[in-house]
Amino acid sequence: MIAYIIRRLLAAAGTLFVVSVLTFGIFYMFPRLAGATPETLASRYVGRSATAETVKATANALGFYDPVTVQYWHWAKGIFVGADYNLGTGVEHCPAPCLGYSFISRTPVWPDLLDRFPVTLSLAIGASVLWLAGGLAVGVLSALRRGTVLDRTAMMVALAGVSMPIFWTGLMALSFFSYRWGLFPGGGSYVAFTENPIRWAYALMLPWITLAFLFSAQYARLTRAGMLETMNEDFIRTARAKGLVERDVVVKHGLRAALTPILTIFGLDFGLLIGGAVLTENVFSLNGLGKYAVIGISDQDMPKIMGVTLVAAFFIVLSNLVVDLLYAFVDPRVRLK
Amino acid sequence: MNARRKTVIAALSALALALTACGGSGGSTSNSGSSSKAEFNAAMNKVFNASDKKGGTIKYADESAPDSVDPGDTYYGSQWDMIRNWGRSLTMFKVAPGDASNELVGDLADGLGKASDNAKTWTYKLRSGLKYEDGTPITSKDVKYAVERSTAKEVHPDGPAYFDTMLNWPAGWKGAYLSKGMNTDSAITTPDDLTIVFHLKAPFAGFDYLAMTPQTIPVPQAKDTGAKYKEHVISSGPYKFDSYQDAKGYVLVRNDQWDQSTDANRKALPDRIEMSMNVNAEDIDNRIIAGDLDVAVTGVGVTPATQTRVLSDPNLKARADNPTLGRFQYVSINPTVKPFDNIECRKAVMYGMDKTAYQTAYGGEFAGGELASNLMPPVIPGQQKFNMYETPDSKGDEAKAKDALTKCGFPNGFSTNITFRTERPKEKAAAEAFQQSLAKIGIKLTPKGFPRKDYFSTYAGNPPYVVKNNLGLVVNSWGADWNDGFGFLSQIVDSRVIRDTGGSSNTSVRIPEVDKLLDQASVELDKSKREALWVEIDKKVMEQAVIYPGLWAKTLMVRGQNLTNVFVNDQYGMYDYLSLGKP
Repeated sequence: MIAYIIRRLLAAAGTLFVVSVLTFGIFYMFPRLAGATPETLASRYVGRSATAETVKATANALGFYDPVTVQYWHWAKGIFVGADYNLGTGVEHCPAPCLGYSFISRTPVWPDLLDRFPVTLSLAIGASVLWLAGGLAVGVLSALRRGTVLDRTAMMVALAGVSMPIFWTGLMALSFFSYRWGLFPGGGSYVAFTENPIRWAYALMLPWITLAFLFSAQYARLTRAGMLETMNEDFIRTARAKGLVERDVVVKHGLRAALTPILTIFGLDFGLLIGGAVLTENVFSLNGLGKYAVIGISDQDMPKIMGVTLVAAFFIVLSNLVVDLLYAFVDPRVRLK
Repeated sequence: MNARRKTVIAALSALALALTACGGSGGSTSNSGSSSKAEFNAAMNKVFNASDKKGGTIKYADESAPDSVDPGDTYYGSQWDMIRNWGRSLTMFKVAPGDASNELVGDLADGLGKASDNAKTWTYKLRSGLKYEDGTPITSKDVKYAVERSTAKEVHPDGPAYFDTMLNWPAGWKGAYLSKGMNTDSAITTPDDLTIVFHLKAPFAGFDYLAMTPQTIPVPQAKDTGAKYKEHVISSGPYKFDSYQDAKGYVLVRNDQWDQSTDANRKALPDRIEMSMNVNAEDIDNRIIAGDLDVAVTGVGVTPATQTRVLSDPNLKARADNPTLGRFQYVSINPTVKPFDNIECRKAVMYGMDKTAYQTAYGGEFAGGELASNLMPPVIPGQQKFNMYETPDSKGDEAKAKDALTKCGFPNGFSTNITFRTERPKEKAAAEAFQQSLAKIGIKLTPKGFPRKDYFSTYAGNPPYVVKNNLGLVVNSWGADWNDGFGFLSQIVDSRVIRDTGGSSNTSVRIPEVDKLLDQASVELDKSKREALWVEIDKKVMEQAVIYPGLWAKTLMVRGQNLTNVFVNDQYGMYDYLSLGKP
């Protein structure tokens, strides 16, 4: 098991390296291939009134005259040893892990990511608990009541959940539940958990429910399909024949056997969500990583985009590793080696 | 420019801008007092819900983030409106509705500047008793330093470049940080703590406008942290920063060192001002309608979805205002691209285009704007409305257009390209409207999108590229830094701003007579003569048919439910953020 974990961690590091090279290449090399010059790249950072001299000086300070490989090396080195940036009034040291410096907002990227991460994590954890609980419950009930009104209604609602875009359901939810009926606070109401746990949960309830509605639909359908297959297996008949109560048959034997694909999808979904629930954070004005990515894209601020991309990649890799480890607990037949 | 942002367009050249304080007659309406009856346009040209009651918290939201709260580094109209809460510049526009807001008055200075040496030298006297939030006195040296640091474009890239180009800086001056310690008395002197004198390279009668910019808001040199100053700007205004989080928001509380007796321009009614940044635009609209939020700070107006709702609901419409802005949507017709070198081919476009389709492309009458027949919008003092290319119901005149085509030697039409900024759906829609309209007279247009950031520098504003790629028409847009004839016209009609290296908003106007009139106007001190010159310039450009006037932009805004002293400041084209209070 330990060896397996170490191998997976090394593979994760390799994956992150490839992601960083690809992302850096896309943002710094592709514009060059399309004909952008160092001055064109620097013009994003210098405002509308800049003289040609200022543009050149900025291009120099940002290293745009260096080959892309050298620029990547400087950026990657900063992750381990930090980096220095000349701001005009002095040199600012960006301590390790320095994931770049935004010359548009004039701040290092890492502290911004740390500051916004709890918001995204709060959103992801709460929503995932709701969608897992809801999705699994509905899926199990639908499978057990196959063909009934309950089953058909549940699947129709699931289809609706999957079909309706979150930027619509979110705005509708805010419009009715927050502004019209006053049941929940409006957008931008996030309070840190450490500041007030109850207000934290209250402010996030609507984003959780909205996001969970979207995801639980998929999990309900997945669970239903898995349960239908599993409940027809011989070992279920044996369990019933042994006299086990139906609840144990369904949960300990049926659901557990159907969990493997659900875990796989959950790992991917959770990892992606940590990378930034872009639409949800934008609709509910949550200042998380997704919102940060949008700001970076809107401003064409490469360091911000690089930072969010790497964080997202890290959590996708991490959550997949955790899911793989969980397989061993869920399915005794799996041996990690 | 992002269609959702009210961004003030930068003037890059060293051209003279405006003249002394103006009040206009053309196109403006007078202030008719105040009103407390909620109705459409209740805050236009009058104060809605007037009150002097102090207290409460005003909540603002921004769908993105301002360029900076640092007074030396901002160029957004909404920021210039907002920054007056924590900063006092030498002069400011009068805080009043309607055309009264066109008048400049002293703010930090006890009055407007005194010109001497043929308007090459400008002297301002600061009021006495001015203090920063920490109680230290504000001196003329702080204003000098503020202007010096604003020229450090490597640290403060945003913000206008007027002071950079117009003041007589010493040789080798590279800004306050790279040229630290350099003697700058050739540009600015401070004979005593309350006097500041600006020395210009060339005469400029409108220096009071430059003195109005946030770059003259004082900055104590000892507390200047360069790029980080925005994290704690030292206040000289009635409010100071209680907190600031980059890209998230800030809170302003009362500055107890601000003395009302030194400031006749500000009421400072609320106790607290809260700003949230990067809030979803639709959410902002919903929250204002519900009463959860007071002001959408960017002033660009409601989203299209909300617009329909507001205009169709009488209760919501009664809370809406629809001001005309100093913003001009137009299309440049490039005479450097054949066959537009022939004026008749250009006139074919003027007659052939359905202007109402252009208006629809931009969002219709309320959110798009008023049909423009010439250059200057009605809010520009001295503006005159005239139409040299009238068509029935502004829908185009095919017969006249085809006649013009015959005269220019292309009776069956010709082909060319029309450019637009890809990030701006309204510009794309306008380009398509042109394509459809002019197809009826045989002019085949191919719309070509280019990225916003490089639009003028590399593509539509780069003369060699324009000719090489047959960019006959350019969808364009312009908003002046302040509502003044020269400030509005110079960057779009002066041929000397056109550079072969690109970058200018003027892509099509090269009329030597217009250049001469601009120079004449920049030093004309007589207001009525000056205004007549602007109208003459407007007419000469229209005669040459090198600009197709589309719309004078308008915006549809909703007043917060619980606000007092709401009025549209004509200078900023949005609600005045100094006057607002809570009932």
